[in-house]
Amino acid sequence: MIKKALTGNEVIAEAMRQIEPDVIAAYPITPATEIVQIFSQFVADGKVKTEFIPAESEHSAISCCVGSSAAGARTMTATSSQGLALMHEILHIAPGLRLPIIMPVVNRALSSPINIHCDHSDTMNARDTGWIQIYSENVQEAYDNLIQIVRISENKNILIPSMVMTDGFVISHGMENVEIAEDRKVKDFVGEYKPVQTILDTDNPFTLGSLALFDSYFEIKRAQEKAIINSKKIILEIAEEFKRKFGREYGYFEKYKLDDAKIALVAIGSISGTIKDAVDSLRGKGKKVGLLKLRVFRPFPAEEIKEALKNTKAIGILDRSLSFSGQGGPIFSEIRSAVFDLKEKLFVLDYIYGLGGRDTTQKEIEEIFNNIELETREDRTIDLIKYVGLKN
Amino acid sequence: MSSLKELSQRKGGITSGHRLCSGCGAGIMARQVMLAAGNYKVVVACATGCLEVATTIYPYSAWKVPWIHNAFENAAATISGVETAYKSLKKQGKIKKDLKFLAFGGDGGTYDIGLQSLSGALERGHDFLYICYDNEAYMNTGIQRSSATPKYAATTTSPYGEVISGKREFRKNITEIVAAHNIPYVAQTAVGYWNDLVTKVEKALEVKGPKFINIFTPCQLGWKYGPEKTLEIGKLAVETGFWPLYEVENGKYKINYKPQEKKPVEEFLKIQKRFNHLFKPERKEKLIQEIQDNIEKGWTELEKKEKCLN
Ligand SMILES: Cc1ncc(C[n+]2csc(CCOP(=O)(O)OP(=O)(O)O)c2C)c(N)n1
Repeated sequence: MIKKALTGNEVIAEAMRQIEPDVIAAYPITPATEIVQIFSQFVADGKVKTEFIPAESEHSAISCCVGSSAAGARTMTATSSQGLALMHEILHIAPGLRLPIIMPVVNRALSSPINIHCDHSDTMNARDTGWIQIYSENVQEAYDNLIQIVRISENKNILIPSMVMTDGFVISHGMENVEIAEDRKVKDFVGEYKPVQTILDTDNPFTLGSLALFDSYFEIKRAQEKAIINSKKIILEIAEEFKRKFGREYGYFEKYKLDDAKIALVAIGSISGTIKDAVDSLRGKGKKVGLLKLRVFRPFPAEEIKEALKNTKAIGILDRSLSFSGQGGPIFSEIRSAVFDLKEKLFVLDYIYGLGGRDTTQKEIEEIFNNIELETREDRTIDLIKYVGLKN
Repeated sequence: MSSLKELSQRKGGITSGHRLCSGCGAGIMARQVMLAAGNYKVVVACATGCLEVATTIYPYSAWKVPWIHNAFENAAATISGVETAYKSLKKQGKIKKDLKFLAFGGDGGTYDIGLQSLSGALERGHDFLYICYDNEAYMNTGIQRSSATPKYAATTTSPYGEVISGKREFRKNITEIVAAHNIPYVAQTAVGYWNDLVTKVEKALEVKGPKFINIFTPCQLGWKYGPEKTLEIGKLAVETGFWPLYEVENGKYKINYKPQEKKPVEEFLKIQKRFNHLFKPERKEKLIQEIQDNIEKGWTELEKKEKCLN
């Protein structure tokens, strides 16, 4: 193990070098560009056996990935924002064909207006495409998540593609001290990819991507859904093995001072670090507050979240994307639905924050905790959705 | 070039039992291409369109070779990925055999929505053969115009009406656009010329790098003629000079068939109801002449290229 100061993009490129996929097809976009640049250099220097396809668009990059993965190659790409949006059509096709493609996504706001900074609109827009989605809080988690995800996606009972998220600039360009494992250790952990069937097997030809109509489509899609639901178990098994070998612990989510908390926040990504500081500060003032940091958003661990939150009185959800007149942001609607049938009523409020990269401070987080306390006093009618730091 | 006897004994990659229309040019085209490729181990990618939809209705498939359909506009990108995976696995010794890669797309999937994906794959130099089966419209979705639809043809989105006589623009010349990518082999052939078609496919498969063949593929439903006339119409397209058979090999042009005397285009137009309005209720001489002049112009240009670039 070596300790190194690396940015999120550097650590992802490093993990990709260690995983050494057979094929990478990608297209540049801020703030994910560096991943592909650094990796191209590895290819140019002969440090990896990977074949790199510099596609002419993200749509083609992911289309190349579908072809490559169907041909039995371990396949990766990386993108962000508009790039992910351009891929959208094929995002549905990859899990439909049960291809375990791996894609780091650096979260960035969607146009219009054009903006290069972080929010989660891009991957939240892709949440129902059927990909596994794992979010990282910091550079170390980005590294660890990427290494674990290969085994999850490629499990022969799962075969579902995965996205590993990092917050644009905050993580992608933020430098942190991280532990990087030896190449051999990572290679041993991810192992060799052994596809179940491939379209290069001309002795056993099969047709992939048929037209399936009302007599079969429904069953095929339900089988696909079962596979991603079943990945829940594998995610924990892999996390367990990862803990034994790499020493760091992961689950569907992290509970931070949550067990005795009366008021809690639920968040994903880098804001969790700020929330932990706010929790510490408020705990110092005697407030029973905590955090549930969601790591796995797809498959959505509804039961486990419900269990983890059942002793709280009120929770605030931090959503870094809008659903434009929906019932709050996407995390809010999922969580509120998950806790709906708890015996004790739980107040759930939504706090939309950080769109287009707007900073959210520890002070603002502390105000959110105060606001939840205030809003959920019994004599008040609750305004469910709030906008953090929005100017008038 | 394989003889007809050899071809008849060869196992092709596509079988009968598919659900293409009777007399469908695409079925004939696919059968001949796959017979020509029959001596190789091939992997096929196919764009969304009639060929894909009618040959792979789950749980059945007419394909006897590994086959993948991804989406409408990305057959070239998909085959790029397949070919690159093969390259990577071969380099690592994980696969030993030699494979060939084929992609099929209609004119919609090639001239229009898939043009970028095709251009990217050609420029990157993947080793594959792209077959465009050009039936001059989006047939799968019900005969809408494409940029391959000829001028004055009526389609459901370029109908003939009181003030407009079908499609208002001349077709895009995709073969020349592809040739401008300076790839080793580009050709045009037509259903109705099995010999020319098979020769070109066999030739292309011998070449390393990106190859492109544009196949004129009559569609009885969309062009509105009787299903027994598919080959006849393919031949008339060539005999009138409407669709020259030619190839561009490493930048060198060769016209493979020069009619002694080109038939008037009218003979090609008249037997297809998509051009009905050019003849009924009264003959639109100016419009027919315009099509004829355009053929002459194209032919002269092609002859010039053959003369200068060989
Ligand atoms: C992105 C996208 N847009 C539109 C369609 C609908 N669509 C399916 S096939 C097709 C036309 C295909 O035309 P062409 O490529 O000429 O092939 P043909 O059907 O004539 O064989 C269209 C418009 C689609 N499947 N995907």
